[in-house]
Amino acid sequence: MRKDFDVSDCYVQEGKLALPYSYFAGRVGSTFITTLRDQRRILGVRCNTCGKVFVPPRQTCERCMEDIRNNWVTLSNTGEVVNYTVVNYDDRHLPRKAPFILALIRPDGADTPMVHILEGIEGDKVQPGLKVKAVFSEKTTHTILDIDHFEPVA
Amino acid sequence: MGHKKKNRNVGIVGIGETKFSSHREDVNQPEMVHEAVRQAIDDAGIGLEDIDCVIHGNMELFEMIHQPDLWHTLGTGAYGKDAFRLTTGGTTGATLCCAADNLVASGMYDTVLAIGFEKLQEGHTTGGITNMADPLWARKLQSGALTDQAAVKLIFEFGEERAKRAAMTYRIIMDKHACLNPNSHRAFGLDWDQMDDLMKNSPPLIGNLRLIHMCSQSDGACAIIFASEEKAKQISSKPVWVRDHITVHREETLDLCNNYYPNQTTHRFAARELYKRNGIDDPLSYFDVFEMYDPSAWWGVDWLREFFLLEGDAHLKLVENREIMITGKMPVNPSGGVIAANPIGATAMVRVAEAAKQIRGDAGPHQIPRPVNHALASGFGGTMWTVLTILEKELNW
Ligand SMILES: [Zn+2]
Repeated sequence: MRKDFDVSDCYVQEGKLALPYSYFAGRVGSTFITTLRDQRRILGVRCNTCGKVFVPPRQTCERCMEDIRNNWVTLSNTGEVVNYTVVNYDDRHLPRKAPFILALIRPDGADTPMVHILEGIEGDKVQPGLKVKAVFSEKTTHTILDIDHFEPVA
Repeated sequence: MGHKKKNRNVGIVGIGETKFSSHREDVNQPEMVHEAVRQAIDDAGIGLEDIDCVIHGNMELFEMIHQPDLWHTLGTGAYGKDAFRLTTGGTTGATLCCAADNLVASGMYDTVLAIGFEKLQEGHTTGGITNMADPLWARKLQSGALTDQAAVKLIFEFGEERAKRAAMTYRIIMDKHACLNPNSHRAFGLDWDQMDDLMKNSPPLIGNLRLIHMCSQSDGACAIIFASEEKAKQISSKPVWVRDHITVHREETLDLCNNYYPNQTTHRFAARELYKRNGIDDPLSYFDVFEMYDPSAWWGVDWLREFFLLEGDAHLKLVENREIMITGKMPVNPSGGVIAANPIGATAMVRVAEAAKQIRGDAGPHQIPRPVNHALASGFGGTMWTVLTILEKELNW
């Protein structure tokens, strides 16, 4: 491979994108977050056409296009690991110092998994099907991180 | 310019528009998009299973989101279908219509659902737009979306008093139209006796462009269903036919493409080419309505001359004599136009949607009170990016 490009006197202009944003959660997303925060319950929604229970909740079933916004179902605070990954590098956007585990966790009563942090177990011990429970944060952030993490059921 | 006749005709069979507003906290992006999709599907009287392909677009970076078409599937109905994203800046909505027309005309799909959306209150418009400029030559020397070059031109050519009055007349006409349209984001109820006050006291933005002249930042979505002639006639009792469209692009200030100063705007070039190949000699008498992407009142006035291939002060007279009002000789933006609502990724599609509704005769309170058979819709983006579309009531051209 060629490595002898002449870069003498070649100028690099540094820049930075500033793109502040807010995201309107909508009524469905807001109900999930406030219930999680105030009642420590995880909510899903059921599609009466295909019978699937979705978490996180959504206004429409993307397969049946049914309006399912009012079909709330309280899910269990326990569930199982569907898949996972061990994060071994540090970066500013990551929620924990490495190493830590991000897992797809399907709460009991739901047909879909949600992403969250898995603690209390070494990465090489995790297997799909592992039973886990939600551990709630002491302080609210009005986000999905009102669940602090999941950990194995003792 | 290379141009081939269509392989088959394409009709608009379903239209959906959300109400446009400054804030939609009650719905997230896929939920808002779904409102327009649901309306379009219901309007067509079909089911999502009848849609072959979904195309989706909005402005890059405006909500600071990446590949929204994927997670918007919750609202678009694209699950299990061919689907992709298109983004061409301000013209996105118009380009989506062109693409849908091409996809159906080619025979690739019988029905295509095109969706444009924007939630401008979630992001930072100027932050997104300023990154369009070439980092080395233009990024440190720009004013974002705001410019008053049209004002400079009009004042130089017609004098300050006449130019300023024309721009404010245009603005008041657009507001009068906006007040008729239940989907408008901004409808103030302006009247003629406010003219002098607004010309003097509306907050200045840049040059002669004041706040009152400028378009809004809106949240909203638009969806249109396009179908082949055979399907369109099955689905709808009043399909609106897409006769032709043209896209012309040139950047004049933000990068180094074609930055010799032009002797002809892309609007005029697009209009001339489009009318020539469709045998339209006198566009002003041919068209019954023009839905123009008019980001400000100054541009609106200036561009009338370009789109209708007028000379001298003919465009000013159209405005001064109020011929562009909904009851006038050449109704422009009976919807209130872009100054009334600008959810950017949807805006250029709304022009096509509104033009089509006028042809169908069911636009609502802002329906033009006489038959509409031929409609023109424009999209605008970049510093000078034009998409021009002709819609027809009959298949007899
Ligand atoms: Zn379903």
